[in-house]
Amino acid sequence: MALSLTPVWRWFHRWTSPPNFYRISRPWAHGLMAVGGTALFVAWIWGLVFAPEDYLQGNSYRIIFVHVPSASASLALYLTMAITAVISLVWKIKLADMVIRQCIPVGLTLTALALISGAIWGRPTWGVYWIWDARLTSMLLQLFLFIGMWAIHTAIDQQKLADRATAILVLVGFVNLPIIKWSVDWWNTMHQPATIRITGETTMVWEMLAPLLLSMAATYCVVAALVLYRTRWEILYRERKTRWVQDELGIRGKA
Amino acid sequence: MGYFDSFADFVRMGNHGIFVWSVYAITVLTILGHWLGLRLQRRRVINELQRLKKRGHL
Amino acid sequence: MNPARKQRLILILLAVGLFTVSVILLLIANRNQVNLFYSPTDIVEGEAPLDRSFRAGGVVVHDSVWRDTDTLAVTFTVSDNLSEVTMTYTGILPDLFKEGQGVVATGTLNENGIFQASEVLARHDENYMPPEVARALEEARRRGQTPDYNNAGGY
Repeated sequence: MALSLTPVWRWFHRWTSPPNFYRISRPWAHGLMAVGGTALFVAWIWGLVFAPEDYLQGNSYRIIFVHVPSASASLALYLTMAITAVISLVWKIKLADMVIRQCIPVGLTLTALALISGAIWGRPTWGVYWIWDARLTSMLLQLFLFIGMWAIHTAIDQQKLADRATAILVLVGFVNLPIIKWSVDWWNTMHQPATIRITGETTMVWEMLAPLLLSMAATYCVVAALVLYRTRWEILYRERKTRWVQDELGIRGKA
Repeated sequence: MGYFDSFADFVRMGNHGIFVWSVYAITVLTILGHWLGLRLQRRRVINELQRLKKRGHL
Repeated sequence: MNPARKQRLILILLAVGLFTVSVILLLIANRNQVNLFYSPTDIVEGEAPLDRSFRAGGVVVHDSVWRDTDTLAVTFTVSDNLSEVTMTYTGILPDLFKEGQGVVATGTLNENGIFQASEVLARHDENYMPPEVARALEEARRRGQTPDYNNAGGY
């Protein structure tokens, strides 16, 4: 078993080496941003202009085309960070720490966007901007987790220690992920249960669901592109003393 | 236009215009903020490298 | 995989797994503290406090809303499909207050078992559809062809 996997690990190590990842990620970042950006634009026009209004919420439901994609992407990003944190702690892959570091600002803004859009949506529907139910509170906790990760990484000067502390915080905070996801099923909450269900019936007509799914897919692409772009700069920064980075940016001192 | 009878109706969003449009405005600002963040990251890397070069570390 | 790494992987997954499961079990065991509101069944079974204000929620029963024409007083019944509680409220109801939809109200229970609400919030369901589809479903419901389409999984 251990023997047969050796080539895979060797390939994985080579693939995740900073210079290699820097080179191969470039077309991916550009491609995902182009596709995601275009799809997001189309989805917004579709959702804002062409989708019908809701029988109960009228036009205020159109906030869903921002709210659900950002909330969903923030959870997916956290899951990615948790898996990356395990890889970082077990295999000590340098790239894993760089990815985690650069996921933080993206996850923070996605979580904030989900909370803010939800609050603005809550006023015309529920009648309040905020209520301390399990869904909203656990989502606020996720925002604090992202702020905590940023703070801990910034506060610790020694790079390795900062990376390890951040990875551990990501894994401790992992408990919040299933709580956010299933809070609306486990407890009485103000927030309604999920509309889009993988198992069971999705309770939205196609004319509304199609732009929603498109904007979700688009948001995932844009988020992936953002993380890639940020990670690429992080690679250059952390490897700034190496020759390949100096060559890459055309900055060289006297030989 | 589209689902709406007129452009005015579209902007009004059935009296929920302020809520819908503020969410979309905040989202656009967030995207712009991230674009700006990438520019800043780029500056940071280039400044750092130029600083190292000036000090003769490269 | 080298043995040291394998051990580290197992330990990390075990730690994260145990921590996650225990926190979630703790929260589910204390569901009364985590729940935002008491359901009509909780109230009927006497689990809700009688001496202080609390939140109660449920679906507004069809044809149960009665409005006083002189004042802004309104009386309605909420249900969780098992029990029912009657609520009274004086004031302006949220736009989304509707029969067949959810409400979450803050108030107190009086000696007659009537919930006197001081604040009523609308709790909408997870269904999204255009008005004409909703009208057709409502029509079918009134003719008794289908059960209430609202709040299939909400309460």
